[in-house]
Amino acid sequence: MSDLNTLTLAQARDALRKGETTSVALTEACLAAIEGAGALNAFVHKTPEIALERAKAADARLQSGDAPKMCGLPIGIKDLFCTKGVPSQAASRILEGFKPEYESTVSQQLADAGAVMLGKLNMDEFAMGSSNETSCYGNAVNPWRRGNDDAALTPGGSSGGSAAAVAADLCLAATGTDTGGSIRQPAAFVGITGIKPTYGRCSRWGIVAFASSLDQAGPMTKDVRDAAIMLEAMCGHDPKDSTSADLAVPDFEAMLTGDIRGKVIGIPREYRMDGMPEEIEALWQQGTEMLRAAGAEIRDISLPHTKYALPTYYVIAPAEASSNLARYDGVRYGHRAKLAQGDGITEMYEKTRAEGFGHEVQRRVMVGTYVLSAGFYDAYYNRARKVRTLIKKDFEDVFAAGVDAILTPATPSAAFGLGEMADADPVQMYLNDVFTVTVNLAGLPGVSVPAGLDKQGLPLGLQLIGRPWEEGDLLNTAYALEQAAGFLAKPGKWW
Amino acid sequence: MLDLTFETPKPKTIAGAKHDWELVIGMEVHAQVASQAKLFSGASTAFGAEPNSNVSFVDAAMPGMLPVINEFCVEQAVRTGLGLKAEINLKSAFDRKNYFYPDLPQGYQISQLYQPIVGEGEVLVEMGDGTARRVRIERIHMEQDAGKSIHDMDPNMSFVDLNRTGVCLMEIVSRPDIRGPEEAAAYIAKLRQILRYLGTCDGNMQNGNLRADVNVSICRPGAYEKYQETQDFSHLGTRCEIKNMNSMRFIQAAIEYEARRQIAIVEAGGKVDQETRLYDPDKNETRSMRSKEEAHDYRYFPDPDLLPLEIEQAWVDDIAASLPELPDDKKARFIKDFGLTDYDASVLTAEVESAAYFEEVAKGRNGKLAANWVINELFGRLKKEDHDITDSPVSPVQLGGIIDLIASDAISGKIAKDLFEIVYTEGGDPAEIVEKRGMKQVTDTGAIEAALDEIIAANPAQVEKAKVNPKLAGWFVGQVMKATGGKANPKAVNDLVAAKLGL
Repeated sequence: MSDLNTLTLAQARDALRKGETTSVALTEACLAAIEGAGALNAFVHKTPEIALERAKAADARLQSGDAPKMCGLPIGIKDLFCTKGVPSQAASRILEGFKPEYESTVSQQLADAGAVMLGKLNMDEFAMGSSNETSCYGNAVNPWRRGNDDAALTPGGSSGGSAAAVAADLCLAATGTDTGGSIRQPAAFVGITGIKPTYGRCSRWGIVAFASSLDQAGPMTKDVRDAAIMLEAMCGHDPKDSTSADLAVPDFEAMLTGDIRGKVIGIPREYRMDGMPEEIEALWQQGTEMLRAAGAEIRDISLPHTKYALPTYYVIAPAEASSNLARYDGVRYGHRAKLAQGDGITEMYEKTRAEGFGHEVQRRVMVGTYVLSAGFYDAYYNRARKVRTLIKKDFEDVFAAGVDAILTPATPSAAFGLGEMADADPVQMYLNDVFTVTVNLAGLPGVSVPAGLDKQGLPLGLQLIGRPWEEGDLLNTAYALEQAAGFLAKPGKWW
Repeated sequence: MLDLTFETPKPKTIAGAKHDWELVIGMEVHAQVASQAKLFSGASTAFGAEPNSNVSFVDAAMPGMLPVINEFCVEQAVRTGLGLKAEINLKSAFDRKNYFYPDLPQGYQISQLYQPIVGEGEVLVEMGDGTARRVRIERIHMEQDAGKSIHDMDPNMSFVDLNRTGVCLMEIVSRPDIRGPEEAAAYIAKLRQILRYLGTCDGNMQNGNLRADVNVSICRPGAYEKYQETQDFSHLGTRCEIKNMNSMRFIQAAIEYEARRQIAIVEAGGKVDQETRLYDPDKNETRSMRSKEEAHDYRYFPDPDLLPLEIEQAWVDDIAASLPELPDDKKARFIKDFGLTDYDASVLTAEVESAAYFEEVAKGRNGKLAANWVINELFGRLKKEDHDITDSPVSPVQLGGIIDLIASDAISGKIAKDLFEIVYTEGGDPAEIVEKRGMKQVTDTGAIEAALDEIIAANPAQVEKAKVNPKLAGWFVGQVMKATGGKANPKAVNDLVAAKLGL
C-alpha cells in the first residue's frame, strides 16, 4: 500500500487487521511525512524511538490476535498533554526542559488502546490563542493556501499543530483540547473533524490546565468515524479527576447509522451575526437543507443570552487561568530567571514570569487577576458566573423543548493570514470564538465538521451542538451531515 | 445540663493611664486532622520524615495535577463539628485563596471561604473557680496546610520542605467571646481536650498540629455588652491578629502585651491599625508582619477542580452515633456515679486516656478510693519520671488489685503504698506479691489478742493510765503493730484494745 499516512484511522485499522500493512509501516510513513513537513512546524517534539517501539509491540499484538481498538495507529499528541519522559511544555518558555514523570490519563488511555505516539504538537501557549501565534516554538502553518496565493495562513488555535498535522497527513489523528473552541476552530480552518465532548467525559488529569471549568480534551480526525473511534478511547471515568463523570462509554462508532430521520435540529437566530461573511451564511443554509433532506426536522430556536457569551468567557477563563498559572513560579521546575545580586523571592517571581510567559498569557493572567480582585469580584467574576448559568439554561430550555442538536457555523471566517491580526485589538482575535465559547460555558458536546470551501478554496466548517453525554447521537448527526456535504478536498502539497 | 451550674466569669480589666479597659478576643484555631494521608493527595502526613519525602505530584503542584478529596478528612471535620455541637452543612464547597510563596506550590491554598462544612457551635470553657465562659463557634472549615520555608540554613539561599504541604487542617473560628488571656488559654485547652476525645486531632502544639491566630481588641467597660445586644462590631475596638501561636503560655503573654500596646495607642489619642502581628517570645512583644502596601488580596474564588462537597444526613447520623462521650458529659457522670469532687473529676477527665484508666480501675470498686489512688499515687509517681498514663508501668488491673486488697482488709493503706512501689518498679500480680512476701495484714484476732495480752500483762501501769485517759489506747495499738511487724489490721487492733481495756 502506498501513502499509508493518508489513511483514516478506520482504514488503517481495517488494513492492519487484514494483514495488508503493519503498524511499523504506518508509523514509518508518518515519520517520513513529518520529516518532510518542517515548514508546517506542526510537531515540536518528535518521538520516533517511542513510536517505532510501540509500533513493533502493536504488530506483535495484532499477530497474536490480542489487539485493542486503536492498536498500531500512529497519532500526534498536543503539547498540553503531559507525556512521561517526553518534553511537555504547553508551548511555553516557562516549562522549558520540563519532562513529566507521569502520563496524562487521556494519552495513557490512547496508549492502552494501542495507539502509537509520534510526538508532541504545536499549539498556542497554554492553549491561549486562536492562531497558534502565541506558541514559544513559533506558529504552526496551515497546509491550505488561498488559491494561488503563497501567503501563509493560520491553522487556527489553540490546537493548531494538531489541525495542521492531521490535515497534512503527518499523522492519522491527533489529540486536541478545547477551552473556548480550540479543537473546533482549527478543525474548521484545515477541513477536518474535531469534537469537544461533554465537560467531564475526558479526564483532565495530566493535561496542563488553562481554565479548569472549561477545558476538555477531544480528538481531531480526518472524518467523523475516526472521531467516534478515537473519542471512545480517550474518554471514561477517572477517579483522579473529581470533575470526571462516572458514566459508561458507549461504542460511538456503532452509533453511526447516518439515519437522522425525525431528529429535531435547532437553528439559533442569535448566531446570525452582523457582518458575517455571506459565504458562511450560505454554508449554514446549505447545511440546514442537507439535514432537512436527510429527514431531520428544522426548527428556529432562540438562545437569548448568546451575546453575553464572549465577554462572560473572557472573564471566567482568564480568572481561572490566573490562578492555574500561579504554579509556574520558577521554584520547582521549568524556567527560572537569572537573578542579580540582592534579588529576593519577589524579583525571582517577577523576572521568571516576565521571561517565561508570552504577551497573550501575561495579558490573560492580568485580566484574570483583575476580575478576581477585591472590589471587582462581584462586578466581573461573580456576574460572569451568573450569566454562565443563564447561558446554560438557554440550552437546557431548547433541549427540553425537544431539540436534539443545534447547527451553527463553526467560525465567523475561513483561516486568516498569519500576522494579519498582529496589530489588531486583542478582542478582534477573541471574536474567533464567538460560535464556540457558548458550548464550553454550558459544558456541552460540540463537533466541527468540514462542509465546503470558500471562494478562495479554503475549507469552512459547521458546528453541531448536542445534548450533554449524547456524543454518540451528536456524532451520528455529524456523520449524516458529512455524508451529505461530501467534503473530500485536500490541501495541495507545497511544503 | 451541667453548665447551668456555672456563672459567667468577669472579663479581664486592665487599668490604663486614664481609664479601665476590657479585652475582646476571638480565635482561629488550626487543628491538623489526625489522618495518615493529606487532604487532596495520597501522600503521607507522618511527622519528622526526611524533608520533601512525603510529597506527591499533586503536593508539588506539577502541571496538570488535580486534587481529589480525602473522605476520611471530611469525616473528621464532621466529627469535630458534632463534638462542638455545631450544625453540619450537607453541602459545602472549596475555594482557592491565591498568593505567592515558595512553600505554597500551587500558588493558592484550597480552603472553604464561602461555604464551610461546619456552621455554628459552642464550647463551654470552665475557669476552675466555678465560672465558665460559653464561647460560640462561628464555623469550621477544611483547608490545606502550607509547606515550610527554611531561611537560616544558608546565607544566600532559602530552602523549602513540602512534607507539610497539603496536610488537612480544620480551622475552628470562634466568635469574639473570650474576655481575657486566661480564658484564651482555657479555651484552647478545652478545644484541645475535645479534639483529643474525638480523636480528630492529636493536639500536639509543639509539633504545630494545633496552633492559633488570636484576634485582640480593647474596649471600654459596657461596650462589649452593647456589641452583644446588637452584634454590631462598631462597639468594639479595632482588632489585631497575632499569627501562628503554638503555646498556651505565649498566647497569654502575647494577648497581655498586645492589649497594653493598644491601650497605650488609644490613650495617646492614636488609632489602632487593623493588621497581622507576630509575637516574639524572646522580647515578649508583638510586631507588625507586613505593611498595608504588602497586604494580600487573596482573590478567593470557587475551585473549579473540585465539585461542591455533598454529604448525606444518614452519614452524619452514623458519625454522630459513633461519637465518644465528651469531656463535659464524662465529668458530670464521674461526679454523679463515682461521687467524685468537681476537682477530682476534672483531673481525671482532662485526658481521655486518664479517664479510661480511672474507669477501668473504678469499675465495681469504691470510686473515691480509686480516684485517690489514680490521682495521688499513680499520677504523682508518673509525673516524677516524666511518664504519662499511656505508658504507665502499672496497669488498671494491677492498681485495681491493690485497691481490692485494701478493701478486703488484706493489707493496710500503709502497706498498700509499699506494694504499689513494688508493682510499679518490678511488676507482678499484687495479690501474689502480698502472699509471697508475707505482706498480708493479720486479721486473725486470735494472734492479735495474744500479742495484746502479752503487752497488757507486761505494762500494768499503762493499763491503769489508759483507763483514766482513753487517748492512751493509741500506745497499745502502736505496740501491737510493732509486735506484728505492721501487718496487724489496724481496725481489728483498735477494736480489741478498746474491748480489753474496757474503754
